[in-house]
Amino acid sequence: MEKVGAVLIVGAGIGGSQAALDLAESGYKAYLIESTTSIGGVMAQLDKTFPTNDCAICIVSPKLVEAGRHPNIDIKINAVIDSFSGEPGNFTANITEKTLYIDMEKCTGCGVCGQECPVEAIDVFNEGLSLKGATSVKYPQAVPLVFAIDRDYCIGCGICKGVCKAKAIDYDLEDKKSELKVGAVILSLGFDEFEPNNMKHYGYGIYDNVVTSIQFERILSASGPFSGKVLRPSDGSTPSKVAFLHCVGSRDPKFGQEYCSSVCCMYTCKEAVIAKEHMEGLEPTIFSMDIRAYGKDFDKYIERAQNEYGVRYIRSRISSITEIPETKDLKLSYEDEKGRVIQEIYNMVILGVGLNPPKDAKYIAEKFGVELNEYGFINAKPLSPVETSRPGVFVCGACSSPKDIPETVIEASGAAGKVNEILSPVRDTLVTKKEYPNEIDISGKEPRVGVFVCHCGINIGGYVDVPEVMKYARTLPNVVLADMNLYTCSADTQTLIKDKIKEFNINRVIVASCTPRTHEPLFQETIREAGLNRFLFQMTNIRDQCSWVHMHQPEEATEKAKDLVRMAVAKSRINEALETFELKVTPIALIIGGGVAGMTAALNFANQGFQAYIIEKEKQLGGFALKIYETLEGDNIQEFIQDLIKKVNSEEKIQVFLEANIEVIDGYVGNFISTVNYGPNKTSTQLDHGVVLVATGGNEYKPKEYLYGEVPNIITQQELEEKLFTSSEIQKKKSIVMIQCVGSRNDEHPYCSRTCCAEAIKNALNIKKKNPEAEVVILFRDIRTYGFKEKYYRKARENGVLFIRFDKEKPPQISKENENLKVSIESQKMGKITLNSDLIVLSSGIVAPAEGNEVLAKMVKVPLNEDKFFLEAHVKLRPVDFATEGIFLCGTAHGPATISESIAQANSAVSRATTILSKETLLIGGAVSVVDKDICTGCKICVRICPFNAIVKDEEGYAYVQEALCKGCGLCSASCPEKAITTKHFTNEQILSEIYALGGKEVI
Amino acid sequence: MSFEPRILGFLCNWCSYAGADLAGVSRIQYPPNIRVIRVMCSGRVDPEFIFKALKLGIDGVIITGCHPGDCHYIEGNYEAVKKFELVQKLLSKLNMEKRIRLEWVSASEGNRFAEVITDFTNQIKELGPSPLSGKDLDMELMEKLEALEMAAESYRLRALVGRERKITEQENVYGEKYPKEKFDNLFDAAINNEYIRNRILLSLEKNPKSVKDLATQLNIDSKEILNHILVLKGRNQVAMEDIIENQPIYLNVMER
Amino acid sequence: MTEKQDEDIRIGIFVCHCGTNIGGFVDCEQLAEYATTLPNVAHSEHNLYTCSETGLAAIRNAVKEHNLNRVVVASCTPRTHEPLFRDCVQEVGLNPYLFNFVNIRDQCTWVHMKETDAAFEKAKDLIKMGSAKAAKLEALERIVVDINPIALIIGGGISGMNTAISLSKQGFKTHLVEKEDKLGGRLKSLYKLFPNDQEASAFLEDMTKKVEASKNLTVYTSSKIKSIEGFIGNYNVEIEQNGDIISLNVGAIIVAVGASVFEPTNLFGYDGEKSITQLELENKLKNNEVDANNIVMIQCVGARNEERVYCSSICCMTALKNALIIKEFNPDAHVTILFRDIYTPGIQYEQYFKKARKAGVLFIKYTLEKLPLVDKNEIKVFNEYLGEEILIPYDLLVLSTPLIANNDNSDLAQMLKVPLEENNFFLEAHVKLRPIDFATDGIYICGSAKWPVDITESTTQGLAAASRASRILSHETIEVESSTAYLPEWNKSLCKGCEVCITICPYNAIIKNEDDEIEIIQALCKGCGTCGSTCTKHAIEIKHFNNEQIMAEIIAFGGKIIE
Repeated sequence: MEKVGAVLIVGAGIGGSQAALDLAESGYKAYLIESTTSIGGVMAQLDKTFPTNDCAICIVSPKLVEAGRHPNIDIKINAVIDSFSGEPGNFTANITEKTLYIDMEKCTGCGVCGQECPVEAIDVFNEGLSLKGATSVKYPQAVPLVFAIDRDYCIGCGICKGVCKAKAIDYDLEDKKSELKVGAVILSLGFDEFEPNNMKHYGYGIYDNVVTSIQFERILSASGPFSGKVLRPSDGSTPSKVAFLHCVGSRDPKFGQEYCSSVCCMYTCKEAVIAKEHMEGLEPTIFSMDIRAYGKDFDKYIERAQNEYGVRYIRSRISSITEIPETKDLKLSYEDEKGRVIQEIYNMVILGVGLNPPKDAKYIAEKFGVELNEYGFINAKPLSPVETSRPGVFVCGACSSPKDIPETVIEASGAAGKVNEILSPVRDTLVTKKEYPNEIDISGKEPRVGVFVCHCGINIGGYVDVPEVMKYARTLPNVVLADMNLYTCSADTQTLIKDKIKEFNINRVIVASCTPRTHEPLFQETIREAGLNRFLFQMTNIRDQCSWVHMHQPEEATEKAKDLVRMAVAKSRINEALETFELKVTPIALIIGGGVAGMTAALNFANQGFQAYIIEKEKQLGGFALKIYETLEGDNIQEFIQDLIKKVNSEEKIQVFLEANIEVIDGYVGNFISTVNYGPNKTSTQLDHGVVLVATGGNEYKPKEYLYGEVPNIITQQELEEKLFTSSEIQKKKSIVMIQCVGSRNDEHPYCSRTCCAEAIKNALNIKKKNPEAEVVILFRDIRTYGFKEKYYRKARENGVLFIRFDKEKPPQISKENENLKVSIESQKMGKITLNSDLIVLSSGIVAPAEGNEVLAKMVKVPLNEDKFFLEAHVKLRPVDFATEGIFLCGTAHGPATISESIAQANSAVSRATTILSKETLLIGGAVSVVDKDICTGCKICVRICPFNAIVKDEEGYAYVQEALCKGCGLCSASCPEKAITTKHFTNEQILSEIYALGGKEVI
Repeated sequence: MSFEPRILGFLCNWCSYAGADLAGVSRIQYPPNIRVIRVMCSGRVDPEFIFKALKLGIDGVIITGCHPGDCHYIEGNYEAVKKFELVQKLLSKLNMEKRIRLEWVSASEGNRFAEVITDFTNQIKELGPSPLSGKDLDMELMEKLEALEMAAESYRLRALVGRERKITEQENVYGEKYPKEKFDNLFDAAINNEYIRNRILLSLEKNPKSVKDLATQLNIDSKEILNHILVLKGRNQVAMEDIIENQPIYLNVMER
Repeated sequence: MTEKQDEDIRIGIFVCHCGTNIGGFVDCEQLAEYATTLPNVAHSEHNLYTCSETGLAAIRNAVKEHNLNRVVVASCTPRTHEPLFRDCVQEVGLNPYLFNFVNIRDQCTWVHMKETDAAFEKAKDLIKMGSAKAAKLEALERIVVDINPIALIIGGGISGMNTAISLSKQGFKTHLVEKEDKLGGRLKSLYKLFPNDQEASAFLEDMTKKVEASKNLTVYTSSKIKSIEGFIGNYNVEIEQNGDIISLNVGAIIVAVGASVFEPTNLFGYDGEKSITQLELENKLKNNEVDANNIVMIQCVGARNEERVYCSSICCMTALKNALIIKEFNPDAHVTILFRDIYTPGIQYEQYFKKARKAGVLFIKYTLEKLPLVDKNEIKVFNEYLGEEILIPYDLLVLSTPLIANNDNSDLAQMLKVPLEENNFFLEAHVKLRPIDFATDGIYICGSAKWPVDITESTTQGLAAASRASRILSHETIEVESSTAYLPEWNKSLCKGCEVCITICPYNAIIKNEDDEIEIIQALCKGCGTCGSTCTKHAIEIKHFNNEQIMAEIIAFGGKIIE
């Protein structure tokens, strides 16, 4: 059976888009199927993201734009799956793209149709908080930026067709059916938020000032209906006291779902912080059950919220809300930890709604023949976290369990990594490589500038006098042609530009229209097709930054447009053709660490046909997992790890170096050379490889507190687990007390170790299974059984495990009286208690191997965070990448992770690495920096300042820019005290020429 | 002295003006309160004209045109109906809808013309003088009327009126007849919304206000006011100026 | 608002006594005096009869003497007298559109004879309003369109041939386009014609000869209309004939495309052999192939039902005609006509019906609710008179099917920008008064293209269309309405192109031009002004009735300006 080098990705949120980009970059055709009219999913709706407070749209939009214009990604919007059949490697999917009544090819997204639509429809993107036309675009930054007619609202008046200058509207357009042949599928359906309609006791839908958290995101968003101001829906006043309620629809089998939605603790905290940032004087209160800040740097975020922003946390579940009719304020009744009933008045209440399975999960599951779990999510097993019940169909993101953005992105790449394993034989079979004419040599030739001024329908032409700008352009030096077009970006204009380049022998092209952020690649491609080097193109933005922002001052806008064109011409005249080079890639991966993550990654590489080296410091493979016997869900880890080791050892393409350490890593992406010492004799060898995977893992914290090591019946969870599985010792114990957060969430290790709550519950359940009589008490600060793990928390309580909460400031005290251990604790609820115990189990956290990490970090020039875990390139969107190209990260090296998460990360890192290894060569050069050795003094300022570690010292001590790593940001040029560094395409001369052109005369 | 209303008539050139002439030729007497403006077609009567007349304190406005099917311009009178209905719906908000009337009078109906005018004059007499005809102007009413006029002149209502017959009586762009009832619901909502929005604009033109101020002034639920403010912001007609004591203050930024 | 040059507006007002018609009720002298108090009025006077030569001379003199540039006459009605005064002011060099009429007779003194005080006040107001509008009047250019005296007739059936012959006889160059390879249309398939039983082929031959003999007439058979652009007097038409494109410029177009015959598939056992249509029967009769003895005809097959609500108007006569022909050939034949109603209007047709009954043709009424059931050799029908079901044996069943609109009517309608009615027949401008015209000037309609008609009616309509067209073609130029709608240059930026005006214009005078801008074709606009009051962006202006002018009138009456 023939395999097909294409992948179907269902759902184009951040997960689907990431998977598509990975696969497209790895040589596959990606069909990205989206049920709405634009990609981006829920992330595009969010205002900011935790824990960095990055603007969601700012960080996601470049990714979406990239997906939108990637030649190997075919986005199908407004699409549904009709049928699906076949087997791994060769599936057939039939889809229908429902008509938009607007021709996507012609629509320029100018928006006039939406403005002139006389119908007011509910804006779903703004969660019903505002109105829009029946013709609309999902959101202003949407990709693809096409408008669509909503037939539910459209009255068929035809006005939009009349006003559309691009002639894109066609009411006769029908649904388009197509058959897609693909080798694999990734389901990335995302989630739907819980709708609290039936929660009458919270008054949602009844009281105006009770909103959901997703509505609140739109309220906070600068592009949202309230322009980022926090206003009460009832009267538009700014609230002072705002309450956030946790677990609305989560951990609540009565009204919602049993599981924990994993993300609400963090997003409510973020919303509280952002609201406070937007509106000074706001007093946010968060009503929480457990605070589940289990992710990397999450606890720090919560602490900052409390300490710096004054976010008040109250540990209680609100029983009811009533409205005070006169003021529309809301009265909240709750019981505090001491059991007192308190009533407080708030101006606004935000319901932290949980994540539900997507509404179409059942339909999709049936179509694709995959299983759903008990909650209606797509079923994925802990040890195969991105695989569904059907081979060849993978899953990522929140449609398999509630997840945050980085976890989704990790899984997206992880799923792409698994796809690589199946489809690597047919890599590059369905992608199109373009042939270009030879580049025209323009060196030494007089600049001949062609200027194309765009009307953009009426978007520019309606305000800026385009003919005048065009005429003006003709008067500028070296301009041999100035033309104007209705839409310079339209397909026919591209042909026209090419013709004009030939006709007028043009060697510099300027387009005065919209923004280079979206349109520069298109025009660069056009001039390249006409034989001109891409860097001979110059764009100037007379729409987004001119006509659109000076609509009421057309004359001034025209003057500004002329200035902008003059500046562009000035720069264009000295633009140069820049060379790019091809750099050969060594298709081998070096993996540092032979634990679950490292081995999983190695096997994935091998399955794709790439060679992999594993560098393991211990005498055997397996890492941390060797000491784990079972997962919370009951999977046998010992079996799993032994199987993994066996596979690795029997795989020819994998070479394992034990007792090994890395001495030197040299080179750069595609061409690393490392020196490795290994074996008992520290044999030294040199390895060539194209990428590096850091999978160094973590260690268990050895407790210094709670008399650990002094008394034999005080042990760690790991030791308990070993005993439980290897001896019957524990069955004799009558009273076991577990203490959580040992070595975590304290001053030394301020982070949450993520896994210990689940470990404790797992072991407690095991104890109860073996000895139901045994009394098990867990002393905790927050129980963080996120996601479906909540089920086991519930089970533990049902089985009689006792949970007592303590505060950080008042940790349990252990005293020893003869053989008896006494644990005294101060609980909010019960006051002071003393427990007798014959076994105390410390849930000790995970710590980074600080020394080792520091050495390695220096060697590969990547950063660590405060806790000595490795720091990824971007917390949200590049969770397994480093800023330095070619180096990736997975597993506990990044921070505490479960085995399941490590596996996903490993596959994810492989997928990211494959985008490099799958290419025979990398294109380097172009707009990069170069050092003039004659001027360089070797001061190394640039070396330190380069964010991408692209600059090194050469043998003679001069700065040297490794072109493969340089991103052309220009920091080095601006910082070089000797002005020895030039950043091409943005040279001082070029930028000054723009300044002179604006200023009118040269200044010295 | 008994109340003698001032009535303005718009007569279409081909049927009604001729009918009025015929009344004259036949010496059929009717009350002398009406002053006539000749237009070529009843469809020419822009809603703006009616509002302008009412704002000037004119007590009643009557439009007469050819009988349905007889229009010299084929269908102009059908369009006149739509525009009239718009004005009527708007005026009903001030209980002034009885001050306007649309009638069909053919060139042969001198008698009918006289009857219609007599009847309408009596109707206006019964209604009494226009609340805007006296010396002391009811400025609030004037502002409301102004808001209605602005609504009638608004793009959105004109677009809906202009398309109504096409989409509800013939076919819309999808080859379907859009249900009249659905259209009416949408249209009525649009009329209401545009009226309130223009009242908001007029109020904010005088001085900036908060949602609460507007709600009190216009006696409309503050939530609804907020929604209108959002729409007006989207149209770049109002902007938030400041926040005073938890109340964002909006101002009118329209160019007039 | 319009840009107006700072010119000195000088209005002259002439109040007419109309003998005693006006002067007998209101004091014209006082009115004239009142007029002098109005803004911009440079002169006023009162005349016994302003429309008399004396009165007209007074206007001419005053214009010269007082250097007037606007003239207002307060007298009778513009409907009768406006042209006279317009000519008058034109004679002294004023643009005729700078004249304004105030009606103080028909709509004032005559209707308020018993309330002279009120009439006087009213006259004052009307003069004030008329004067206010006059101040805002603008000179308009006359719009004159050249007429290319050539006619195009689409469809070479009986009506089209008649039109063509008539027009060419009148000396107009005429083009006749027929999609089939021979002229004649439906006539080609008929046997005899009712009510005079003339042989159709002979009739057609006669007509064809006349066509061939017509000097000015060019016939294009096997030809199709590809495109039509332009307006009255100047239509550019492309015709496709055997793959060649022929371009013509014509002044008038006559639509004579006829209609098609409904095919009764799946109805009453229709098989083309034992169950046939009237048209197929005619063919059999022509070739003397009818040897049946029991012949049953069913009327209204596929007509006057839910799907096709209309009566095709010719089938009753056709059935009678063919029944009579059968009876003539074979007097023993049993001919039964199952009908719902027999429609034979007029003396001649009703007599034809009698003749058939006399000849022994049997008529049985059926209803739409109880349709006849066709069996192999018998037809079961519920006899309304007997109140019971009867069986009629047959060996030939003839179905009378209606004429239906051609399926390519909508294409042609779109090219011509003329409307179709709900059954896709062409829709005339006015059912009573303009039955041969379309609303669009220079385009006419005749024959079954509009509605099923018989030969007589087709002929009449064909000739009528020729007459309507010749009214245009006989002029070198035609003056069209000057008081038109237009999109002023300074309003162009307001227009976003919503096209509401385009759909609303009854004359298709508004188009989007090549630059995608709204353009009002002055030659097509009739100045009704509906587009102006509809324009969503207030961009369209109506000459001579623009907003400023009407507003001036309103304000003049309203008396005070607020805002």
